[in-house]
Amino acid sequence: MNTIQDKEGVKRYMLSLTVNGDPHTVVVKANTTLSQVLRNELALTGTKQGCELGDCGSCTVLMDGKPVNSCMVLALEAEGREVTTIEGVAEGAKLSDLQESFVNHGAVQCGYCSPGMVLSAKALLARNPHPSELEVREAISGNLCRCTGYVHIVEAILAVSEGRTTPPEEANAGGEA
Amino acid sequence: MSINTKIIGRSVPRIDGRDKVTGAAKYTGDIKFPNMLFGKILTSPHAHARIISIDTSAAEALPGVKAVITHKDVPDIKYGISPARWDENIFCIDKVRFVGDKVAAVACTDEETCYKALKLIKVEYEVLPAVLDFRKAMDAGMPQVHDEYPKNINVEIHQEFGDIEKAFKEAHLVRTDAFLGNRAYQSPIEPHSATSLWDGDKLTVYSSTQSPHYFQYYIAREFGMDMGNVRVVKPYVGGGFGGKMEPTGLEFAGAVLAKLTGRPVRMFFDRHEMFAHNRGRHAQYMEITTGVTKDGKILGAHSNFMMDGGAYTSLGIATAYYAGALLPLTYEFDHYKFDLFRLYTNLPACGAQRGHGAPQPKYAFESHLDNVATELGIDPMDIRILNARRPETVTPNDFAIHSCELTQCLTRARIISNWDAKKKEGGMPKGHGIGVSTGSFVSGAGYPIYRTDLPHSAVVIKVNEDGTSATLYTGAPDIGQGSDTVLCQMAAEAMGFHYEKMKIIAADTETCPMDLGAYASRLTLMTGAACKSAGEEIKKSLLEMASSMLHLPPDDLECEDAIIYSKSRDGKALTFQEVARKHFVLKGPLIGKGSYNPPKLGGKFKGSPVGTSPAYSFGVQVGEVKIDEETGEIEAVGFWDVHDCGTVVNPRLLHGQVHGALSMGMGESVWEEVLFDDEGRIKNPDLANYRILTALDMPPVESEIVESYEDIAPWGVKEIGEGSTNPTMGCFSNAIYDAMGVRVYSLPLSYEKVWRALKEKREREHGGKE
Ligand code: FES
Ligand code: FES
Repeated sequence: MNTIQDKEGVKRYMLSLTVNGDPHTVVVKANTTLSQVLRNELALTGTKQGCELGDCGSCTVLMDGKPVNSCMVLALEAEGREVTTIEGVAEGAKLSDLQESFVNHGAVQCGYCSPGMVLSAKALLARNPHPSELEVREAISGNLCRCTGYVHIVEAILAVSEGRTTPPEEANAGGEA
Repeated sequence: MSINTKIIGRSVPRIDGRDKVTGAAKYTGDIKFPNMLFGKILTSPHAHARIISIDTSAAEALPGVKAVITHKDVPDIKYGISPARWDENIFCIDKVRFVGDKVAAVACTDEETCYKALKLIKVEYEVLPAVLDFRKAMDAGMPQVHDEYPKNINVEIHQEFGDIEKAFKEAHLVRTDAFLGNRAYQSPIEPHSATSLWDGDKLTVYSSTQSPHYFQYYIAREFGMDMGNVRVVKPYVGGGFGGKMEPTGLEFAGAVLAKLTGRPVRMFFDRHEMFAHNRGRHAQYMEITTGVTKDGKILGAHSNFMMDGGAYTSLGIATAYYAGALLPLTYEFDHYKFDLFRLYTNLPACGAQRGHGAPQPKYAFESHLDNVATELGIDPMDIRILNARRPETVTPNDFAIHSCELTQCLTRARIISNWDAKKKEGGMPKGHGIGVSTGSFVSGAGYPIYRTDLPHSAVVIKVNEDGTSATLYTGAPDIGQGSDTVLCQMAAEAMGFHYEKMKIIAADTETCPMDLGAYASRLTLMTGAACKSAGEEIKKSLLEMASSMLHLPPDDLECEDAIIYSKSRDGKALTFQEVARKHFVLKGPLIGKGSYNPPKLGGKFKGSPVGTSPAYSFGVQVGEVKIDEETGEIEAVGFWDVHDCGTVVNPRLLHGQVHGALSMGMGESVWEEVLFDDEGRIKNPDLANYRILTALDMPPVESEIVESYEDIAPWGVKEIGEGSTNPTMGCFSNAIYDAMGVRVYSLPLSYEKVWRALKEKREREHGGKE
């Protein structure tokens, strides 16, 4: 990896990685995290930062298909790897089934956990297309959500595993009208 | 009463759903401006200390540092969200009052330089003894947190309604129980941030706020500016729950740093700083006495509370009043006494967390009521049904209740939780217990936080010139609860339009009419009422235009589903689109406006405005838990929530609020507690050690709605967001009690406390046998 030194003698590394299919080369320090590269260098702010301590999962991205907390991954570890962020999940203007299902099931409230949730769920369904409810809960247990109590998130993920993106029946459940 | 609506009552998908699942949604910390600097605040390492000197020279000399400010560089006008006690300064002047109190700030070219610069600011302190236990704060010889407030009393409340002595004298049983609450923190997943920039004399602040209006008001006041020169914009907000109600140092310091440097400045908290800024749930010590008849009818109650306010007032005066004021909502009794002290301590300031002052007192009262029921040999469900409030009644503290389906909620919860079968001997497996609790909450506060005659909510709807869409302009902030969606549903309903064609511009003080903000569960009813008026105004203009096009009287016309038709003659119809376009051509922009002011509410005594509301929600929760006798581990087996929240605008969003409230309430019941060491430093300022619920912890939950209609509200709506937090802690407490036969008298009801209580019980029983 090419390196250069700045005036204070701090080493900078030339890092090459693929993000959502696009090749990128950026200059980073040894302590730069992957989430910083994504957000600050590549302006992919869909990757959130709720804690920067590895506790909340809002910075989840996929590295070679596996979910990682990008605040805990040094940018240098991503050299030559394929990273998928939330911006790379939809196909152009068409939402993926998971995204569609999240919207239709009310799995999104404030939305701060949603990018990480969708990516953890995507990784789960890629390795296990028909998970049990417990497997879904385990797969997203590193993604904290303070708004939803996870109920609709779990429903949204299970629906996709059953080939649906909408709730079975929606009309007026509990409503008046 | 059932109403005929097209869009209200439908679970339409959120208007912002797509933005949020694609990563397109920009939160405050995602917004970047050219030439932007980064700013951080230096905070106190001591709980209580005098500031001797501050030397910023080394920080200023560091390359990349563009400005360093202390109290000398900012106005010294005290502020606070509650005008009843303005007791905070932007930066501390003479003293720091908690670990985390704000002392100085820096603006630098990048984040890393900020942290380096903070380390270079030298502050000399003289450490003072600190007040760390609120229950001792009033004791003789305790240090003074604020010189102006003797004995560390921030507020004291003494209210009596009816004749409590008489009620207790006539009672068959008078019982007192005491409970201790915990300090909880809202813990939204998005950290607070604010970006400030100036354009001449005009300041714009992008902030993760629950109330652009109060931020605008207080920023203008602090800097002596016209409100018209302060623009506050709320981008997407990643949760608030009460923690983003008041300006933090981020807005004030950011504004000054941006002015000094002439560049945009982004200020932000990290997770630890969020815990230190706090404004979360007050820990309360709660003594409850009730007098009841032999049958369990409550004659009177006395609440005697102390609350840990922390170093500043925040919203705490309102919290203090709420603590006692909301207790008489769910049960009917005539005699009520309420005493409370809110005390200053050298800990982070507490404020309004979901449910405001109410959830802990509710936990205490509901636990106490089960103790009473046990003593009288009455089923907990029966004692609640016996005392349940009825519609069109008035509480002893003068809150007028209109719709109230609490009895129906209780009856329904009894059925769906299979209560009666489970309560029978052997009705549940060993180690299981079941508990019930009620709750109620305001659908918007009757009075604003500062005195003003401005309306509480105002909106404008503008129909696009070709009639193909309409935009709702509202100051109401969607912080995740879904107000953008629900308000667009209501606007479309009133106009006779389609939800799918609604756009919204919200929570920007420059482009939108004012709204007090997302707190006190107020938006659905209050901003909803403004949307209704605005939508109806549009419909009226359209029908008048259509009347001249169809040569029919306007009263013969109706607009539904974007079709304007004659009620009396078949075949005469026009589309919304063509009539709206015609309106624009002949009469100019098609605009509707609406505003809402609550009616005059409440009694005449001191503190009477707090807790008033046009309407109250009511709810019941039943929980079943399983306790592991060996470890004290608590597993929530099932949860049932039945709510009276008037007409439901969007069922899926509504149930989402119940689920979220329950998960927060369950966290506060079992795990959540901000802990301090003996020098006032937070021991668990992160999401690994301050444990909120994960997907694995959330119990199965059934959420149901009972039929209810609130006459005073638009389409009969009431609140849901906060009220559903109120019953949860009491519900857990009672279920755990039912499982173990002993009660834990403090929150959180942790595994360790449960294990200890069981151990003591075993020892007692064992000792008894010997
Ligand atoms: S920001 Fe990475 S885990 Fe929280
Ligand atoms: S939707 Fe707000 S944190 Fe999950």
